[in-house]
Amino acid sequence: MSSDTAKSTTAKPMNWFDRLAHPGQFLIWSRYFVWPLAIIATALFAVGLWYAFFNSPEDYQMGDTVRIMYVHVPNAWLSQFVYVAMAISAVGTLVWRHPLADVSMKAAAPLGAAFTAMALFTGALWGRPTWGTFWEWDGRMTSTLVLFLMYLGLVVLWRSFDDQLRAAKLIAVLTLVGAINIPVIKFSVDWWNTLHQPASVMRAGGPTMPSSILIPLIVMTFAFTFLFALLQVISMRTEILRRRVRALERKSALEGISQ
Amino acid sequence: MIDLGPHASFIISAYIGVALVTLGLIIMTLMDSARQKRRIAELDAMGVHRRSDSTNGSKT
Amino acid sequence: MSAFFAILTRDIKLTARSFGDLLTLILFFVMIGVIVPFAIGPDKTLLARLAPGIVWIAAFLSSLLALDRLFRADMEDGSLLAFRHATISLETITFAKLIAHWLSSALPLIVATPVLAVMLNMDMTVFWRTIYSLILGTPALTAFGAVGAAITVSLRRGGLIAPVLILPLSVPILIFGVSAISANAGPNAETAAQLFLAGISIVSFVFAPFAAALALKLSQE
Repeated sequence: MSSDTAKSTTAKPMNWFDRLAHPGQFLIWSRYFVWPLAIIATALFAVGLWYAFFNSPEDYQMGDTVRIMYVHVPNAWLSQFVYVAMAISAVGTLVWRHPLADVSMKAAAPLGAAFTAMALFTGALWGRPTWGTFWEWDGRMTSTLVLFLMYLGLVVLWRSFDDQLRAAKLIAVLTLVGAINIPVIKFSVDWWNTLHQPASVMRAGGPTMPSSILIPLIVMTFAFTFLFALLQVISMRTEILRRRVRALERKSALEGISQ
Repeated sequence: MIDLGPHASFIISAYIGVALVTLGLIIMTLMDSARQKRRIAELDAMGVHRRSDSTNGSKT
Repeated sequence: MSAFFAILTRDIKLTARSFGDLLTLILFFVMIGVIVPFAIGPDKTLLARLAPGIVWIAAFLSSLLALDRLFRADMEDGSLLAFRHATISLETITFAKLIAHWLSSALPLIVATPVLAVMLNMDMTVFWRTIYSLILGTPALTAFGAVGAAITVSLRRGGLIAPVLILPLSVPILIFGVSAISANAGPNAETAAQLFLAGISIVSFVFAPFAAALALKLSQE
């Protein structure tokens, strides 16, 4: 890492952008985010679960199964949000060659897969008692399943490459090609009028839910989002360390050979 | 706790499934992190360093 | 312009020379039509109802099989490197290769569809609608497949991973492809599906060369 030695010998002061972009610097300052994120996430989960099981009413139409919504909607929303984050990182990799962008992309993929899996799972359990079926091949469910398969494909692809830096750029291309699926998921409930209910929170006219149900929903959404942020930071730190390990192992192997 | 109604088993299964996957995700993330840190410590003990470590002295 | 046609004819000639590969592809396509009646039983009405979907599955799987030869041979013998320094852009070359690939792998399958139609007891109107939907939809399969093939071209066993990557993207093509033949959702649903299919094919065929060319360049850095 010649940039490291250059910085230390000339002692150039680092501006805020360097601190954001440089992997070594990222390791230094991201450490201070881990515990605060963990505490906030835990607190939000505690509050959210209390609301879900002790302090919220049943829905007048679907009864108590509305409580499944408090875990379904956050995961569904996150599954799309994580992909958008990955797509932005992909642009960062291809266009700006930002050194942390591909680390961020790689870390997010398995997390996104898990959130999508939970969204599908909770959706199925919500669908059965409420609308009579575990699964329906309608627009939203099909495109969410497609999203899940895309995440898994990306995870597999990361593991197939030896050269992770080349992998990053190729995977960035694939991520951006697949990004077309996100608007399809978003608007599928408007385009095809089938089983899944249309948008009821982020609508032009404001939410249609009563606040007694809206509040637990928002709390749980923030809880899961902070969980994602926490795991993302930890995973990014781990990925930077993993690359150092590989570089060091390669270096020690070379030294072993040349002795 | 509030009475969960006739479909309580679905609600409970959903929450348990989410809890398991979430915990699994957290555990695997932390284990992976620990594994890499341990490996760095091992390599450090073996005396393998990056070029920049002698000048910067900062690894984490 | 002549360079464009040069690449086009080159690719078609290369495929024509390896006639064995072409035959394997068609055999694979037809064999799916042979296996399915064994798997789901010889009930003729059932087969006729499922026939559009089965033909589309067969076309889809066969197209995945053919993908590997799109870029891998060029990568291995150095042609890709030569292409990058050609008078026309890599995107144009990729576009020519995509057309050649559709002509040499999708068109033969469409020609072989009557065999499947007979084995699956399709009636005439359904048969012609199937041909029409395959013509409209297979370019999209080629386009998405090319992107997957380009991204995995530098992997030794990329040919196995590419289908996994392409499948999620191809789901809408399959959905509309089958809807274009026999949709249940109303009188104009088939036409709507056909229009969607044509739209997806055109857009993906236009954009795929750019994505694929980018991936090819990145694979050789």
